[in-house]
Amino acid sequence: MTPPPAIELRRICKSFGPVQANKDISLKVMPGTIHGIIGENGAGKSTLMSILYGFYKADSGEILIGGRETQIPDSQAAIKAGIGMVFQHFKLVENFSVLENVVLGAEDGSFLRPTLARARKHLTDLARDYEMNVDPDAKIEDLSVGHQQRVEILKALYREANILILDEPTGVLTPAEADHLFRILRGLKAEGKTIILITHKLREIMEITDTVSVMRRGEMTDTVKTAETSPQDLAERMVGRKVLLRVDKAPARPGKTVLEVKDLRVTDGQGVERLRGIDLTVRAGEILGIAGVAGNGQSDLLDVLGGIRAATGAVTLNDAALSLSGPGSDARARRRAGITHVPEDRHRLGLILDFKAWENTGFGYQDLPKYCQGLMMDNRALREDTDAKMARFDVRPHDPNLAAKNFSGGNQQKIVLAREIEADPDLLLIGQPTRGVDIGAIEFIHQRIVELRDAGKAILLVSVELDEILSLSDRIAVMFDGRIMGERLPGQTDETELGLMMAGMEGRAA
Amino acid sequence: MDLNTVLLILDSTLRLATPLLFACLAGLFSERAGVFDIGLEGKMLIAAFFSAAAAALTGNVWLGLMAGCAASMVLSAIHGLASITFRGNQLISGVAINFLATGLTVLIAQDWFAQGGRTPQLEGGARFQPITLPFAEALSGVPVLGPVYGDLLSGHTILVYLGFLAVPATWYVLFRTRFGLRLRAVGENPGAVDTAGVSVTGLRYAAVMICGLLCGFAGSYLSTGLAAGFVKDMSAGRGFIALAALIFAKWRPWSALGACLLFGLLDALGNRFQSIEIAGIALPVQFMQALPYILTVVILAGFVGKAIPPRAGGTPYVKER
Repeated sequence: MTPPPAIELRRICKSFGPVQANKDISLKVMPGTIHGIIGENGAGKSTLMSILYGFYKADSGEILIGGRETQIPDSQAAIKAGIGMVFQHFKLVENFSVLENVVLGAEDGSFLRPTLARARKHLTDLARDYEMNVDPDAKIEDLSVGHQQRVEILKALYREANILILDEPTGVLTPAEADHLFRILRGLKAEGKTIILITHKLREIMEITDTVSVMRRGEMTDTVKTAETSPQDLAERMVGRKVLLRVDKAPARPGKTVLEVKDLRVTDGQGVERLRGIDLTVRAGEILGIAGVAGNGQSDLLDVLGGIRAATGAVTLNDAALSLSGPGSDARARRRAGITHVPEDRHRLGLILDFKAWENTGFGYQDLPKYCQGLMMDNRALREDTDAKMARFDVRPHDPNLAAKNFSGGNQQKIVLAREIEADPDLLLIGQPTRGVDIGAIEFIHQRIVELRDAGKAILLVSVELDEILSLSDRIAVMFDGRIMGERLPGQTDETELGLMMAGMEGRAA
Repeated sequence: MDLNTVLLILDSTLRLATPLLFACLAGLFSERAGVFDIGLEGKMLIAAFFSAAAAALTGNVWLGLMAGCAASMVLSAIHGLASITFRGNQLISGVAINFLATGLTVLIAQDWFAQGGRTPQLEGGARFQPITLPFAEALSGVPVLGPVYGDLLSGHTILVYLGFLAVPATWYVLFRTRFGLRLRAVGENPGAVDTAGVSVTGLRYAAVMICGLLCGFAGSYLSTGLAAGFVKDMSAGRGFIALAALIFAKWRPWSALGACLLFGLLDALGNRFQSIEIAGIALPVQFMQALPYILTVVILAGFVGKAIPPRAGGTPYVKER
C-alpha cells in the first residue's frame, strides 16, 4: 500500500478583494519527494504556500497533512503540523544571534540561559547532521545571504519540520551558494523529508525536483513528473503559449555614431576611482552590451550618461558635447538631448511604488505640453496616455489607477520601459532589463529592445546576465574595475572567454 | 564646594532622576517592542493627578499609587488600541494623549476640589515618607561613609529605591527571559515573531501596558513623593526629557540609568545654584534652570553619535508575503 500524501490540498480558493489569487487548487505531494511549483510572478504560488503555513486563511477548501484533515489558522498550527517555511524575504531578527533566531518562539522555558544552552546543543547536532555549518553566536547581519538561508532551514528543522517549503530560495544566491543549497535539500530528501520548492527558474526545477506543478493565473494547470518534461514544455505550460527562450533578431545594420565617450572618469565620495578612463561608441541601430560582475563601474557609467552623477571626460551625443558636471548635466537635460534611462534598480530610481501607474508614467515628462494645461497638469491626458501605453506594452492588470507596488516585477518593468521607449530617444540606456522579471515578460521586453534597435536607435545595455548579453547585443564590451577590458562580437566569443575578461584577465586575442 | 554641598546636590539628583528613570524605562519597554510613545508625558501627568486625588480622598498613599497606575494604564490601552489594533500613527496617538491628559487633569481637579486645578495639600499617610535605612544612625559618626550612607543613600521614599531597582529588573527581563527575547524581536522584525508562531499583537500590548504601569509610578512619585499634591502641568516636560534620555541611552537599561542621573544632576544644579559665575560672567538663574532642556536639544541633535532605534519602531505590523 502506498503511504498517504504528505500534503494534500483539496479545492483551495483565496481572493484578495476582487482578485482571485487561488482558484480551486488541488495538489498531492508524496512524502520523501521534492516537489516543484513553477509559475510566473503573480500566478498565486506564494499565496498558496502562505495558506499552507497559516499566514493567510483560505476562503474555502481542505488541507490534509499525512492523510488527516488539518486546520491551519495560524503559523503556530502549521509548525505543530510539521510544516516549516523559508520565505523569500527571510524572517530573521538581524541583530540577534543565530541561536536566538532559531530559538525564538520555540523556547522550552521562561529563562533564557538554560533554554539557550539546551538549544545550542540541539542546533550543533542538527548543523552537523545536515552539514550546515553556521556559528551559533554570529549575528545575522554579519552573515552572507546563503548563511542566513541556512539559519532559516535550521529554524524549521529545530521545530521538527517534516515538510519544508522554500519560496524562491535561489533568487538571492550566487550560483555556488545555490549548488550548496541543492546538496542540502537532497540530503533532507534522503532523510525522508518532503520539500516543496517554489521558483520560476526552469533550470532548478529540472535539476532537483521529482514532480512539478505549474500554476498560471491562480490556477494549477498541470502536475507532471520532472523526468517526463523539458524546459521548453514547462515554459509553454507556464505562460500558456509558445515561448522563445532565445531572442530572434536580424543582423544589425549600424548607422552613424550616436554616442561617443572618451576618457570618462568618476571618483566617488570616498575618493575611490569608479571609472578609470572609459572609451566607447554606440552607433544608431545597434545594441552595445556591457558585461561585467556587478560593481565594476557599469552602474556608474549608466548614472553618468543618465545625468545623475558628475564625471570628467568627453561625451558627445550626435556630435554635440554633453556637459558632465554642474548645470545642464542633470537627468532632465539628458532627456532633452535625447537620452532616456531605464535604471538598474527600478524600485529605487525607476518608480515611486506608492504612486499610481499613471503618475509613474508621467515622471520626467510631466512638463511636456501634451500633459499640461497652462500651469496645471492635465491628469486626464496623462491617464489616457498611460492607458494606451499599458495596452501597447501588455501591462497586466490593465489599470492605470493601480499603485506601482501592486504590479509584478515584470509589469513594473514594462511600465518603466513604456515610459522611456515611447519618449522616442536617440539613445536608450537600459540596466538589468529583466532582473526579477518572469519568462513571459522577458521575451516581451527583449523583443521591444530589438524593435527599438531596428527602428535605428542606439542602445546601451548593461546586464550581469551573460545569457542576456550574448543573445541581445550586437557588440559586447566587458568591464572590470572601472575599465573596459575589451570588446567582442557575440558570434566570436563565448561565456568562458567573457567570464575570464570579467575577472580581469585578457581573454584570447581578438 | 564642601562635602556637604556635594552630598546635597547628589541627594537631590537621586530624587529628581527617579521620575525620569521610571518614565525612561517605561518608554524602553514600549519602544523595544516597536511602539513609539511620545505620550509618556501625558501618562505621567494623569498618574500624578489621580494618585494625588485618590491619596487626598482616602488618606492612603498606596491607594493613590494604584489609582495613578490605573489611570496611566488606561491611556496606554488607548495608545495600544490606536497604534496596534487600528494601526494608526503612533506619534499622533501620543500627541493626542498628551493633550488629553493636560486638559483632563485640570478639569477634573477643578470639579472635584475647586482649588484652581490643584489637589489639596497631602499630609501624613497620604504622602510617601522618607525611609531611614538600617544603621544610618549608627554610621553617622564615621567620616565620609557616614554622611554618604546616612544623608545620600538613606532617607528617600520607597519609590526612589524601587526606581533604581527597576533598572536591573528591566535588564533581566529584557535579556534573560523568554518574554524579553520575544519583546526585543518584535521591535526589530515582527514578521519573524509572527512566522515563529507568536502573537505580535499580544506582545506589543504587553509592552504598552508595562509602559503604562511604569509611567504610573513616575507620575505618582511626582505628586505624592517629590511634591505634596498635584498642580497643573507638574510633569513639566519630564516625559520628553525621559524620551531624550532613552535615545541618549540607545534603548539600553543601564545606560538609561546613566542618562537619567545626568539629567537629574543638571536639574539639581539648576535648583541649587540660582546664579553662577564662570570666568567673570554671571549666568542668570534662567540659564541654569534651562540646562536640562538645552542638553535635551543638544542630545537630540545627534551629538551623541548614531543611535539606532529598534528597526520596526513606529510602524504597525501588517502581514505580508
